[in-house]
Amino acid sequence: MKQLWLTAKLDIVESLRARWFQIYTLVFGGIVALLFLFGLTESRVLGFIGLSRLLVTYIQLTMAILPIFVLITTVRSVAGDREAGVFEYLLSLPVSLSAWFWGKIVGRYIVVFAPVFLAMLGAVGWASFKDIEVPWGMFGYYTALLAVMALCFLGIGMLISAVARSTDIAQGAAFMVWLTLLLFLDLILLGVMIQGKVAPEVAVGLALANPLQVFRTAALALFDPQLIVLGPSAYVILDTFGLAGYKVFALAYPAALGLLSATIGYFIFRRGDLP
Amino acid sequence: MIQFNNVAKTFRRARVLDGISLDIRLGERVALIGSNGAGKTTLIRCLLGEYTYDGAVTVNGLDPRGNRTAVLGSIGFVPQLPPPLKMPVGQLIDFSAALCGTDPRSIHGIAKRLGLDIESILSRQFVRLSGGMKQKLLIAIALGREARVLVMDEPAANLDPEARKIFFDLLAERQNEATMIISSHRLDEVSSLVNRVIEMDMGKIVLDDKVADDVSLSGTLTCRIVIKRFEPAFAKAIDAWRFAPSDDKLVWTGHIAGPDRLRFLGMISRYTALVSDMSLAEAAN
Repeated sequence: MKQLWLTAKLDIVESLRARWFQIYTLVFGGIVALLFLFGLTESRVLGFIGLSRLLVTYIQLTMAILPIFVLITTVRSVAGDREAGVFEYLLSLPVSLSAWFWGKIVGRYIVVFAPVFLAMLGAVGWASFKDIEVPWGMFGYYTALLAVMALCFLGIGMLISAVARSTDIAQGAAFMVWLTLLLFLDLILLGVMIQGKVAPEVAVGLALANPLQVFRTAALALFDPQLIVLGPSAYVILDTFGLAGYKVFALAYPAALGLLSATIGYFIFRRGDLP
Repeated sequence: MIQFNNVAKTFRRARVLDGISLDIRLGERVALIGSNGAGKTTLIRCLLGEYTYDGAVTVNGLDPRGNRTAVLGSIGFVPQLPPPLKMPVGQLIDFSAALCGTDPRSIHGIAKRLGLDIESILSRQFVRLSGGMKQKLLIAIALGREARVLVMDEPAANLDPEARKIFFDLLAERQNEATMIISSHRLDEVSSLVNRVIEMDMGKIVLDDKVADDVSLSGTLTCRIVIKRFEPAFAKAIDAWRFAPSDDKLVWTGHIAGPDRLRFLGMISRYTALVSDMSLAEAAN
């Protein structure tokens, strides 16, 4: 356990000094700042006003940016470290491979999730200061969704890093994964379904297997509990899970997917050549 | 102590190690030499448990792959190319010391002996240090603990003569209780440090020779050089070895580390036409 925390701490320190982290923090901090600056808390859309309006917009933007950011930065730094000889040196020290791999995940998870969460926390702090009502339930669930989203894509990123032997291949693979998930978002699936090329059950099944779509639907469900914007798919989702059940599924499934990917990545990592 | 038993390694059909069998005993100082692609680095990575391989590698009877922490806890490693770590020097030392179960102050102590002003660089990023400073720090981390095996890849390449002398002294202090494997492209760089030479080529051992162990690691040589005329290039080169000139700058005297004699003579050979007299005598210890 001591080795794991040492590795996690090391990864945090390395990341805090990396340029990607500075850009990453700037992006998420900047989004919140811009949303406040544009007066989003005063605008009203679909009955949403105040901080809930801001949070809805923030999570939609985060869902577009966070997955690709986490995937690319994870594979770049892990595969890049391997190529640059960082692994050769640090893995010559007496650290177990499990402590190394999971320590890196823990450290990176903290680094990836902290700016996103702190930006939200900053928004809440500012709202409290300005006497804007804080929707704590929404804030809590969105925080959990973001935590799970970071875990899911970090796990996938670590799996890609373990499989790919070079930064270029790892980056290309990460981009392809993200593109594939984008292709299977509801709008595209809907188009395919309308053309009658796949059965509706298959289309909905694919959508539910896609973590990007799962997050999107869960975020929608908070301000559109009947999922009216999803059309007939909403019946399948709500009949199968119920609203509360779907909210739990939206947290449990991506978390399991991320952990499973990371575990497979770990076994591939420990089985092969390390540097 | 270290055994390689029919070790083979293949990368995409290229056989990089081809049935290496070796037995290295405690106290041996081995020069692992060979050209690029000979298999030296791959052999070292197999020893460090970083590569999978066919055959068997054991350190004190333990497989470094299956018993990583136990085996690597007894190995100090200095890589040829310093890793581009962004962490501060202090953190790197603390991290290494914590993993190896040693006191960071012993690493500080070795670094200071090597001429590194450690306190002033503790908060500086490792990657921002000069090549020589990085090398000194990595040597300090490797030697600042109870390592029974020292694996060093061109360890003295970036060190100045004074630091090299101290480095040889540090190795001399360990020579009876540790096994050393020193990898290099050139034998003359390491020949006086070792008592066994293993040359590799195309993944095979082509030479395995014990060499006379006459050169003391901690010994020094007193040197006096007389030149025909003053030459700024020579003065600059000899000044790097901390030699002192006479008033007319035609006679230079100084001390060199015993294991550094070949390197020193290599430098002097560039000014052969300039040197009119030269003496090199072992100093009494």
